[in-house]
Amino acid sequence: MSMIVKRKELSFWERLYIPALISGFKVTLSHFFRPNVTMQYPEEKWVLPEGYRGAPLLVKDQEERTKCVSCQLCEFVCPPKAIRITPPGPEANPECGNIEKEPEEFEIDMLRCIFCGYCQEVCPEEAIFLQQDYSLIGTQRDQMVWDKEKLLEEGGIHQDDIMKWKNK
Amino acid sequence: MAKAETKKNLESEPVVDTLTVTVDGKAVEVPKTMPDPMDGRPIPTTMIQACKLAGAEVPHFCYHPKLPVAGNCRMCLVEFGTLAMDKNRKPIVDAEGQPVVRKMPRPAIACATPVSPNMEIYTQSEGTVEMRRAVMEFLLINHPLDCPICDQAGECRLQEYSVDHGQGASRFVEQKVHKPKQVDLGPRIMLDDERCILCSRCIRFTRDIAGDDALGFVDRGSHSTLAHYPNRPFDNNYTLNTVDICPVGALTSKDFRFQMRVWFLKESSSICSGCATGCNITVGSRENRIYRFTPRENDAVNSSWMCDAGRLDYKWVGREDRLKNVQVRNNDGVLVPSDWSRALGEIADILREVPEDSVALIASARLSNEELYLLNLLAGKLGAVTDSIPRKGDKDALLVHADKNPNMNGAIATGISTKRPGSKLKLIAKGIKSGALKTLIVFGENLSACEMDDELLSTLEHLIVCDILPNETTASADYLLPGCSHLEKRGTFINAKGRVQKFMRAAEQPGDSRPEWEFLLELLKRIDGTNGVASIEGLFNQMAADVPALDGVSWGDLGETGVSIEI
Repeated sequence: MSMIVKRKELSFWERLYIPALISGFKVTLSHFFRPNVTMQYPEEKWVLPEGYRGAPLLVKDQEERTKCVSCQLCEFVCPPKAIRITPPGPEANPECGNIEKEPEEFEIDMLRCIFCGYCQEVCPEEAIFLQQDYSLIGTQRDQMVWDKEKLLEEGGIHQDDIMKWKNK
Repeated sequence: MAKAETKKNLESEPVVDTLTVTVDGKAVEVPKTMPDPMDGRPIPTTMIQACKLAGAEVPHFCYHPKLPVAGNCRMCLVEFGTLAMDKNRKPIVDAEGQPVVRKMPRPAIACATPVSPNMEIYTQSEGTVEMRRAVMEFLLINHPLDCPICDQAGECRLQEYSVDHGQGASRFVEQKVHKPKQVDLGPRIMLDDERCILCSRCIRFTRDIAGDDALGFVDRGSHSTLAHYPNRPFDNNYTLNTVDICPVGALTSKDFRFQMRVWFLKESSSICSGCATGCNITVGSRENRIYRFTPRENDAVNSSWMCDAGRLDYKWVGREDRLKNVQVRNNDGVLVPSDWSRALGEIADILREVPEDSVALIASARLSNEELYLLNLLAGKLGAVTDSIPRKGDKDALLVHADKNPNMNGAIATGISTKRPGSKLKLIAKGIKSGALKTLIVFGENLSACEMDDELLSTLEHLIVCDILPNETTASADYLLPGCSHLEKRGTFINAKGRVQKFMRAAEQPGDSRPEWEFLLELLKRIDGTNGVASIEGLFNQMAADVPALDGVSWGDLGETGVSIEI
């Protein structure tokens, strides 16, 4: 069923339009005197809130040891299957002591990653953290697959209070 | 396991003395005796076996149904009650005339305590649960908590029981005892003594099953460690079984060590093709790469074991030089890539025209029954002489068979080979030499091993070869068809004792290769237009109807462990 909406009759004052223009200019003018909210990205960057979930990155401990032991739990839990780990294989490294494993290769496809943080949550070694990087740039798809070297370089050192392997 | 054994026992011996025990309030009738795992003589049924029959799982580390009882892990401690007796050793009865059962003041290990009539076993009582928690705590005192590194994680009894029966946090604040790590026990085994919980399963296995008393505990007390006999490596042909039965990650396979986490492995039931024993195996694979074979229990064939040689015989499957393309020899005498439809069409044209008695067919006894059956049908149509090539090797008293073909009995049953495999090979070679045989079909064999070198093969008019890996014979082929290993297709083998067993597909075949039975069906269809079945199940059932030895067996009957036939 159709319905006819009755328009309100404009008064003479309203039909002049000039008062409306003036009130518009007033709003515009008032903004000249307000504080500046535009950020000059990328020269300027905002401060990220604590707990922000950026790119997952591998970390080393204070002794510069790669913390990841290649348990592959993150690979297992990763919902978009962005993580791929190559275990080291049977060749024993005589210098590693009790920490017998370290990944041969560790790749995260940042195009697949959904920054959910499951990998950080599941990691029994506190070796992977979602850090503050949100601007991940590459001009080719394969540049977006970050390998172990890149992940460790970006990840930095984790100030670990527990030092799980110190007394082993 | 024990259940199946008992069932079989009950079937073979109709009169079995039984007694009734009550497990967690559920009365269950159990046989008075069960066969000893080592020599089969009847020994009293134990509480752990009775609990298994009642469907109540008692956690255990050192107990293994196929090994002698040691009773050293204490994990299977349970509370139980027996008939109350008066001074004259007569059962006390209550007001209603029922015998009174009284709970024993102390628990007992279920794996080594025989059941008695009217016994009551409490697997979930407060005391039993508390004992398990305490045993778990003791076992974990010196156990390194390095599950993220340990290969056993995911299939570790200690890990599982810790979740089921242990506690969340450790109360242990002292230093753990340190023991040797990365101990080289033998060519295939690496030991981590810190993870060992001293259950002695490996010691009993190698002493009582493998017959090589090579392992033992040294340094009594807190520093007790597993060690091999000095100056003698642990290198018998069954060492890797100790890795399977190790409930923790102490014994590790050097081959599988740090290769892949077990939860990624897809498990497919298959058969070892190393010899005619046909051990049942589980193939662990991920993304088409095969990582390991583990034995699959089948008491009619391999119990729970397999030999190391068979277990490590998988690496060729993923070899780079696998045959991946159909190849046809062109007019210049060069093998060039072709495709299935063209090659099979040309082969069908050739085979339709060949005169009788001018064709020979040599089929490997590594092919499945279904393929050998189809090849025999083909040979029948062509009037071809057929044979298989025997492979002899070492044998032992446990599992290794001297016949290294997994399916020689299949070749005999389907008619490809006579009872004396290889007896017609000389005849075939002579026929080629004299020019009487003009066409040779070879499936999965290298003929240079049986005095048919490429010089002789080059005198043939047509040489049709199907194989998996390149060899001298594939190099001389006019038509080269890439086949599949048994891990990449389904089918059945008949082992040396006449056990028909099926194998399932564990990986994708490489390139353009196809399962032999698939393209053989197509070839037969092209030759005489008969329309056959298109599935392996249907093909098996058709074969069973045609082959007298397989009379009455259907694909559905085979199940996981196969069917025995008269051979």
